[in-house]
Amino acid sequence: MQRKVFQLIVDNTSGVLSRISGLFSRRGYNIESITAGVTADPRFTRITIVTSGDEDILDQIEKQVSKLVDVRNIKELVPEESVYRELIMLKVKADAEQRQSIIALADIFRAKIVDVAIDSLIIELTGNQAKIEAFISLLNGHQILELARTGIAGLSRGSEGVINFD
Amino acid sequence: MNHMNGADAMVKCLEKEGIKAVFGYPGVAICPFFNSILNSDIESILVRTEQNAGHAANGYARVTGEVGVCVATSGPGATNLITGIATAFADSIPIVCITGQVKSSLLGSDVFQEADITGAAESFVKYSYLVKNVDEIPRVFKEAFHIASTGRKGPVLIDVPIDIQNASIAKFRYPEEVSLRTYKPTVNGNVVQIKKVIKELERAERPIICAGGGVLLSNAESELREFSEKYHIPVVSTMMGIGAMPTEHPMYYGMVGNNGKPYANRAMNESDLLIVVGARVADRAMSQPDLITENKVMVHIDVDPAEIGKNVGPTIPLVGDIKHILLDIEKHEFECEHDLWVNTLDLYRETMKIKRKPDRNFVDPESFIGTLSKELDDNAVYVADVGQNQIWSCAYHVVKKGRFLTSGGMGTMGYSIPAAMGAKKALGKDRQVIAVCGDGSFQMSMMELATVRQHDIPIKIIVFNNHYLGMVREYQHYTYSDHYSVVDLTGSPDLEKLSSAYDVKYTRVINMDDAAAKIRAFLDEPGTSLMECMIDPMDLVK
Repeated sequence: MQRKVFQLIVDNTSGVLSRISGLFSRRGYNIESITAGVTADPRFTRITIVTSGDEDILDQIEKQVSKLVDVRNIKELVPEESVYRELIMLKVKADAEQRQSIIALADIFRAKIVDVAIDSLIIELTGNQAKIEAFISLLNGHQILELARTGIAGLSRGSEGVINFD
Repeated sequence: MNHMNGADAMVKCLEKEGIKAVFGYPGVAICPFFNSILNSDIESILVRTEQNAGHAANGYARVTGEVGVCVATSGPGATNLITGIATAFADSIPIVCITGQVKSSLLGSDVFQEADITGAAESFVKYSYLVKNVDEIPRVFKEAFHIASTGRKGPVLIDVPIDIQNASIAKFRYPEEVSLRTYKPTVNGNVVQIKKVIKELERAERPIICAGGGVLLSNAESELREFSEKYHIPVVSTMMGIGAMPTEHPMYYGMVGNNGKPYANRAMNESDLLIVVGARVADRAMSQPDLITENKVMVHIDVDPAEIGKNVGPTIPLVGDIKHILLDIEKHEFECEHDLWVNTLDLYRETMKIKRKPDRNFVDPESFIGTLSKELDDNAVYVADVGQNQIWSCAYHVVKKGRFLTSGGMGTMGYSIPAAMGAKKALGKDRQVIAVCGDGSFQMSMMELATVRQHDIPIKIIVFNNHYLGMVREYQHYTYSDHYSVVDLTGSPDLEKLSSAYDVKYTRVINMDDAAAKIRAFLDEPGTSLMECMIDPMDLVK
């Protein structure tokens, strides 16, 4: 099993996300995460999909996705040549006593405290997945009440791979 | 035209696409369209259930090479169409399916006869549209016909809410061309890959071509024949590829697969260069693709890059339109000669025939279809249904200059009569079109006898009656030691009486004694006629 991050540029048509997710579910492909948002050009949406499978499956994923009429481009965001980021929000139980140690930990990770309540904190953290996993595991001693993750967004480094929209 | 509305625009689009006939079934949500079509020369054929509108459009498309059109109303009309859409999708047949939809302001509120058809059909269409603005109609239709008929062909669905059909359209202008930013199928093969193929062709001692339905979809039959003759390469075919080469061509060695000719499979297995052209390498044709392609070079030519490497990894992938690619290869001058290999295959063909032991009290499918093939016109269109009858048709029908149609990918029972109807409508009175089905598949679309009578579409129908769902019975014979379950068709109608009820001429053949004379009379009969052949209920395809 290999893990790959694909970047899709798709026409901003209604139902395009359901066409893509439908393709993944009916052909039995995994989706670890999927994020979508409009590009600088409002006609297009950029979708970042993290998926896994053996080599043949990953090859099929690329080909089958390319075949969808709305998909303008699909390419792999190769780890060495790309930057990935994910944002998480994490609500952790923290009374007055625990608060300082959690804030200190958050500081080390350059996370932000975005909400403070009597018995809990909400922490916002952006980073690559290794950093996020490390942070979550460091909070193991505390009680995580809620966790929201956006899934990763990514771009390839440099200006070579930039897709010209016209 | 003053005050053109959406429905008028839809009809106008079909006229622009050169559509002569549509197959459909009305309902309130598609009434504006059927109202407008009365002002057009396009003929509406009223099928008796929507699924058959899909199959009729399928038959129409396959014999013309153009796009077939079927029309249904919202809700149940649209959902009934799904099997027709899926059948076309599985065989890559270009059809455009138009469905009426409830008022756009009511979408999603579960009103009467509302079904999310674009959602429901999503996995069986090449693309689908839900039209939300009347001014989009010309563009949507232009794109739909383009998408259906280019690249890997297939069904496109256009769902049009009734208020959009009734809305007036400011200005009708049918686009000259499409501007689909994202959709650009490859036509020409990659030059480097073509050179690699030529190198392999020069080197190969035992090359073979396996032709699929893509050859017919690319209209490349004569190119394939020339290619095979010029380079002296034997050809086998998949079920969908039947007719890509004339059956009796000396270089053609029959259909491969678990229901194919043993010598065709042996030829493919023993080859050192396997050129798969327009075929998916699907399970029924090659059950163990890894084993078959072991120790040989495999070239896979297909217009759909996703088919290449899906079931087996080829040595040389070649993406593009088959006709273009074959012509491109032929531009290169090189010598090929495979006498020894061809002689070996000829020997296999002579010696590996399956000997059937027919019961003389019944019609023997092998000799019956053989006789029928002789009596048919050279350019006849033969539509086989699904089941034992299909396997017999594949094995024994001799295609000369005609066509052989069947539902290969989906294996949809009831396909033959509506598809024959669509083909006949497209080809007109001078072309013979014959549907061959079983008693099970006949009963799935026998209601279309009314349609062919009403619209005077004279097709010939042959029913192989063995009083069983024979293919499933055969499976139960082998797999469950004759423990038959739900395959007995007792209670089926008397086909003579049924024919008389539809005012269709009927003939029964009980054994081979007078089969030839009866076939001749049956084919000469003007108008739709039905022939019932009594088949040994215990007969097997293998």
